[in-house]
Amino acid sequence: MMRRLLLASAAPVGAFALTLVISSITLWAFGSNPFSAYGDMLSHAAKLETQVDILNRATPLYLSAVAAAIGFRMNLFNIGVEGQYLFAFLIAAQVGSMLALPQLLHIPLIMITAMAVGGAYAGIAGILKVTRGVNEVISTIMLNAIAISGVIAWLQQRWQADQAQFTSTTLGTNPIDESGLFPHINGLLEIFTRDIAQGKELTGLLLVAIAVGLGYHFLLTRMRFGFDLRASGLNPFAARAGGIPPKRMVVAAMFLSGAIAGLIGMVELADTAKFPPDPIKGLGFAGIAVALLGRNNPFAMVLSALLFAFLDISAGILQNTEAATKEIVNIMQGIVLLAAVIAYGVSKRVQEREEARFTAEALAETEPSGVTS
Amino acid sequence: MSAVIELTGITKRFPGVVANDEVNLTVERGEIHAICGENGAGKSTLMKILYGMQQADEGTMKVDGEVVTFNSPNDAIDAGIGMVHQHFMLADQLTVLENVVLGAEPVRVGGAIDFKEAKAHLAEVGADYGLTIDPDDMVETLEVGERQRVEIIKVLYRGAQILILDEPTAVLVPQEVEALFDNMRELKAGGATILFIDHKLDEVLEISDSITILRQGKTVATLKNDGVTAHDLAELMVGSELPSPETGESTVTDHVALSVRDVTVVDDDGRSVIENINLTIHKGEILGIAGVEGNGQAELVDAIIGTAAISHGIVELLGTDITSMSVRKRRESGIAYVPEDRHHEGLMLQAPLWENAALGHQTQKPYGSKWFMNRDGARAQTELIREQFDVRTPNIDVAAHALSGGNQQKLIIGRELTSDPSLLLAAHPTRGIDVGAQAAVWEQIRDARAAGLATLLISADLDELIGLSDTIVVMLRGRMVARLAPSDVTPRDLGAYMTGAASQDEPNHDQRRVVQ
Repeated sequence: MMRRLLLASAAPVGAFALTLVISSITLWAFGSNPFSAYGDMLSHAAKLETQVDILNRATPLYLSAVAAAIGFRMNLFNIGVEGQYLFAFLIAAQVGSMLALPQLLHIPLIMITAMAVGGAYAGIAGILKVTRGVNEVISTIMLNAIAISGVIAWLQQRWQADQAQFTSTTLGTNPIDESGLFPHINGLLEIFTRDIAQGKELTGLLLVAIAVGLGYHFLLTRMRFGFDLRASGLNPFAARAGGIPPKRMVVAAMFLSGAIAGLIGMVELADTAKFPPDPIKGLGFAGIAVALLGRNNPFAMVLSALLFAFLDISAGILQNTEAATKEIVNIMQGIVLLAAVIAYGVSKRVQEREEARFTAEALAETEPSGVTS
Repeated sequence: MSAVIELTGITKRFPGVVANDEVNLTVERGEIHAICGENGAGKSTLMKILYGMQQADEGTMKVDGEVVTFNSPNDAIDAGIGMVHQHFMLADQLTVLENVVLGAEPVRVGGAIDFKEAKAHLAEVGADYGLTIDPDDMVETLEVGERQRVEIIKVLYRGAQILILDEPTAVLVPQEVEALFDNMRELKAGGATILFIDHKLDEVLEISDSITILRQGKTVATLKNDGVTAHDLAELMVGSELPSPETGESTVTDHVALSVRDVTVVDDDGRSVIENINLTIHKGEILGIAGVEGNGQAELVDAIIGTAAISHGIVELLGTDITSMSVRKRRESGIAYVPEDRHHEGLMLQAPLWENAALGHQTQKPYGSKWFMNRDGARAQTELIREQFDVRTPNIDVAAHALSGGNQQKLIIGRELTSDPSLLLAAHPTRGIDVGAQAAVWEQIRDARAAGLATLLISADLDELIGLSDTIVVMLRGRMVARLAPSDVTPRDLGAYMTGAASQDEPNHDQRRVVQ
C-alpha cells in the first residue's frame, strides 16, 4: 500500500524537482541569482494580497482546465476554449447590460447565457466532427480565429457603449447594472484572517469553480454519462459495442466542455461589469496546460491551477523586484509541463508493471501451484 | 538444395497461453514455402520471432546453417531476412523511390540523399527480380497491389534474400492475387526464398513448393506440394480428433429467439459484405457459424448487435423488430455480446474490473440506471461474477490488463451471461485462452443453453463448433453456402464447404423448424 502511494506521488515530485533544477540553471545562465528570485516569489506569496491575486487567477484557470479535461477524458481535443470563453463573455455582457432584473434572476441569466453560447459554439465543432468527419483540433482552432478576429472584433465595435465615438473601440460594451454582477467574497476572507487584503477583492466565482470541480468529480464517478464519457475515452470500440452512441457522446462532450468554458469570462465580468476593449486573453490555452499537468483529475487540477496562477502572479512580482526577468515564469511553466508529461509517462509504465506483478503474486499465494512433492 | 532456414523447438509463451510449442520449420533455399493454420495457430508469432520482432523463450534458429539470435528486426535484415506486413507501412505523400529508401538512404558527402544512386540501385533490384514500378509515382496514386509491390521492393532494396509475406493475399482482389503470384515466381527465379502465411488453401496449392501446417501452436506437418489436396490440408489444419466439447441432450425449443431475414450489409465502398442472410435461432439452440475468417461472419454479428448498418432486411428479437434500434436499446432488450477480440471491443484495459463488468449494462440494474451509476451494486455484481465464473484475481479493483487472457475472457462471459440475456452472440469465445479456461467457457455456454438461451456461435475451432452447436451454417464470401447437422459432419466436410471445395444448393431453403 505504502509502495503504491509512493509510486503515485513520485511523478509530481520528480517533475517538480526537475523543474527547479532546469529553472535554476536557466536563471543562472541569464545572470540572475535563482535563490533570490525564488525568495522574492515565495515571500510575496506569503502575503494575503498576493494570495487573493493568485486565487483570482486560479479561478478562471481551473474553470478552463475543467472545460478542456471534459474533452480530454474522451480523447477529444477542444483547443477552442479560448474562442468559446471570449465569445460567451461578449454575448453575456451584452445581454446582461440590456436587462434590468432582480439580482437573483439577473446573475443566473447572464451565466446561463454564457454557458449556452460557449456550449453552442463548441457544439459546432462536435457536429462538424460527427457529420463531416472534421477533426476537432482543426475546427476548434479555426473557430477560435473566426470568433476572436472576426465576430468579436465586429460585434465589439457595434455594441460599444457610446456609438458617437464610432471610430474607437476603447469603451467596451454598456455596463451591467449592479444587480447582474457576481458579488465578491471578501467577507469569507475575514473568517480566516484579520489582515486587510489591501483593496484586493476575492472573486465570488471561486465558489462557482469549486462547485464545477465537485460537479465534474460527481459526473465522472457517479453518473452514467460520466461513465460513458470515460469509457469512450478508454476504448471507443468497446464503448460502442457496449451501447454508448459515439456520435451523440462527441456532441454532448463538446457542448459540456464549451458550456464550462463559457464561465471563464464571468470572473473578469464581475470586476469590469462589461466586455472590456482588451479582455484577458490566453486563459483557454493556459487551461489546456493546467488540465494536462493535473491529469484531468478534479483535485489535482486544483493544485496545478494554483501553481500556474502563482507563476503568473510571480511574473509581475519579479518585474518589480528586478530579481529576474519575468519571462522566466513562462519558461518555468513550459518546463513543468514537459517534466510532468515525461514523469507521468514513466510512472504509468512502472505502475502497470507493478500491478501485473502484484496480481500474479497475489494469485500465486492464494492458489496451490499444482505441484506437489 | 540446402536448408536456408532451420527452426528447432521454438517455444513462445504469453501469459496464459502458449503461442508456439516446440515448433520446427525447415525452409529450402529458393523455394516458396507456405505456412498454414487456423487463426491463433501461432503462424504470426512464429514469423515475428523469425523477423526479430519477438524473442523465443526456447529453441534455436539457424540461417544458412549458422545459429543466430535476433534482438530486433535490424538483426534479421542484416541476416538477409525481410518482412512485408499485412498492413502496409508507406508514406502516401512520398514517391515510390522516397518510400523505398526511407531509413536506408544512400548519403552523399555533406548529408544530402543521393537519389541518383538510389534510383540506380532500385532499377538494379527491379531488373534482378523482374519487378517493375515507376520510382517517381506518388504512393497515394497506387492501387493496393502496386503498394504491396513497393513494400516487397523496399525489402529487396535492403538486400533481403529471404522474404516473409504476412497474409499477402488478404487485401487483394483476385486479379491482383494473380499478379502477386507472378511476382513471387519472378522472385523465386531471381534466387529469393519466400515464406508466406495464408489460409486460403486453393492459393496455397497454386503457388507454394512446400507447406508447413500449424495447429494450436504446434507443427503438424511439412509437405511437398505434389498430390496434396485442399481436403488433406483442411483436415490437417483443423485436426480430426473427436470433438471434445459436447452438448448432450437437445434443448432446442419451438420459440424463435432471433430471426434474421434477407439481411444485407454493405461496406464503405458499397460492396456487400454479407448478402441476403436468413437465420432463425430458437430458445435453447446454439447455431454455429463456420467459415474462413473474413467471409462475413464478423459483419453478421455487427449487424445483429447494431454496430453495422443494415442496408436491407429485417432482424427480429423475440418477435420484435430491432432493425433500427440503437446498440444500447438492443442490449437492453436482451442481446449479450462476446466480441471476437476482447482487447479491441470487450474491455477497457486501464479500468478496474468492476467498471469493465458494468460496460454494456451500465443503464441496467444492478450496475446503474438512466442517470446514475450504482457503485455498490456494480461491485457486488462483479464479486458474483468473479465467484460464479471463477475469474482469478486478487480483487475487483485491479485493472483489466493485469489479468491473463483466460480470466479476462471469463469476466466478459460472466458479465454477458449474468445480464439475463435472451440471445448470446459469441464470436470466438475461446480464442487465445488456455485449455482450462476453454473448458470453463464451454461449460457456461452449455448451462446457459439448457436454461433456454439462444446462441449464435462463431468459431475457427471446428471441433468446438461441431461439439457445441445444434445447427451449423457455413459462410463463404458473405453468403450462406451450407446448413449442416453437427451429428453427421466432420471437420473435414466443414473445411470443404468453408474453402468452397464443396457446396450445397439453396441452403437458405433448408430451414428446419421455420416458424413464421
